[in-house]
Amino acid sequence: MADKVTVEVVERVAELANLELTEVESVEMVRDLNSILDYVAQLSELDTSHVEPLAQVAGLMQAGRGRLREDVVVPSLERATVLSQAPETDGAFFKVPKVIER
Amino acid sequence: MTFTEKPKTLKQLRAEIETGATKASDLANRYFERIERINPELNVYLHLSKDRALEQAERVDALAAKGDPLPALAGIPVGIKDVLVVRGIPSTAGSKILKDYIPPYDATSVARLEEAGSVLLGKLNCDEFAMGSSTENSAYGPVRNPVDPERVPGGSSGGSAAAVAANIAVATLGSDTGGSIRQPASFCGVVGVLPTWGRVSRYGLIAFASSLDRIGPFAGNVRDAATMLGVIAGFDPNDATSLDAPVDDYAAECEKPVEGMRIGVPAEYFGEGLDEEVRSAIEAGIARLRAAGCTIKPVSLPNTKYAIPTYYLVATAEASANLARFDGVRYGYRSPKSENLAGMYRHSRDEGFGAEVKRRILLGTYALSAGFYDAYYLKAQQVRRLLAEEFQRAFGEVDAIVTPTAPTPAFKLGEKTSDPLSMYLEDIYTVTASLAGICGVTVPCGVTKAGLPVGMQVLASHLREGTAFRVACAVEAAE
Repeated sequence: MADKVTVEVVERVAELANLELTEVESVEMVRDLNSILDYVAQLSELDTSHVEPLAQVAGLMQAGRGRLREDVVVPSLERATVLSQAPETDGAFFKVPKVIER
Repeated sequence: MTFTEKPKTLKQLRAEIETGATKASDLANRYFERIERINPELNVYLHLSKDRALEQAERVDALAAKGDPLPALAGIPVGIKDVLVVRGIPSTAGSKILKDYIPPYDATSVARLEEAGSVLLGKLNCDEFAMGSSTENSAYGPVRNPVDPERVPGGSSGGSAAAVAANIAVATLGSDTGGSIRQPASFCGVVGVLPTWGRVSRYGLIAFASSLDRIGPFAGNVRDAATMLGVIAGFDPNDATSLDAPVDDYAAECEKPVEGMRIGVPAEYFGEGLDEEVRSAIEAGIARLRAAGCTIKPVSLPNTKYAIPTYYLVATAEASANLARFDGVRYGYRSPKSENLAGMYRHSRDEGFGAEVKRRILLGTYALSAGFYDAYYLKAQQVRRLLAEEFQRAFGEVDAIVTPTAPTPAFKLGEKTSDPLSMYLEDIYTVTASLAGICGVTVPCGVTKAGLPVGMQVLASHLREGTAFRVACAVEAAE
């Protein structure tokens, strides 16, 4: 079976996923993804042309689903508490490196 | 050398604490001493929460001294898988990207355990973001199986299973996406519970694959696991997907006889790849259920072989979306090589994530990408429905289904790390229940000649946890 995934494909997918791979990692990923995709190809043996996709299982259950809480304002975490876990802040906002190059 | 020790039951411990024969604070200290002695050998705990534990234990002792009624888990030492957040205690999900993360809130399941009086000893090692079947993918080193430290404890909740097996916690919480509670419980010889999807609030669980993720307990016996589930189950306004259905009295279900129950045995779970010693242990367990008055019936689940490919497409697709949040902005690791925003994302994620996590993000991104979505993700969702319907049909004929939990007993460290696919096949008997959203319990069912535990998986339909506990109790009683 011809490889579905080449180094170029892995690099493209890595870019979509915001991952940077070393050359060694790219080669390993090509090997692993091809082996996994060959294995999952067996799903094509099944005729699913009339099957509705199932994204989540709550719809299969009779009881207990779909209760939403009241839409009322309740206290949330303090800003300082939340910001304390960030790599960089100015005390009011999260700080990130420059976004727009000029 | 083995590190196993059976914890006392909740009933025994609670009685000792109630009468004052044991003080909760002494009990907590004894557990911390045992952890200090054993943990360097097994690498089960990543962080201890000593101050919080001893404060809670003193509150329980004060209640007991006054003769006030004690809550269900008063003074019981418990451990929490590191994918659940605990306020003020590092919660890393076994990942370097969350190395110094200190959550500002408690997961609902953790808060409920503590409201019920339990004493949180610390956070338990696991595969990074719960991705793995051996706990060898933790950024903080592998966990060793207390039964045989040359072997893995299973995964991804390897620390949660090993903690109970080594009696460095009386009970623990883990998470199960494709088998991550059941397989390690089986490998370590303890009880593990997969609740119905939505039965336990996922608020505060670091998400892997949201349509599959569940939180569930581990314990040394079925009744204790049932009591633990009773405490953490139920609707939570902070998780709109948690089920608003009454929580059954699981402990009472354990006392009901199994005589007359219909137990299904699917041939598809006893085929090629099943270890012979595991097969004979499970067959002996089934014979004991028959002797206890159950009717044993063959059931057919013909699409079972498609469950692993379906699972690895659905789970990785969801993971690629869920793990997009780790970007070095709001929490977690930020690479110093952050010349601009896009570079900051890429370098932080590259340096922060381990190989298996990257592999799954890439597979999931690929399965969701333009041109491949229909062939992979959509196809997997369609097969997922076929698998769920197959279970629904089977549960029209039987009350519970029993299978081996895993195809083999615990394997050696390093045995499967070079081939991701062989590791994925470890989940061959657990992923179908994950995809269908049904519940189950794994219970020890014999040992191999080498003394390695074998687990029997008891599956039941949505919200029928009581049925699964009842059957598991009968298996346990005959052990």
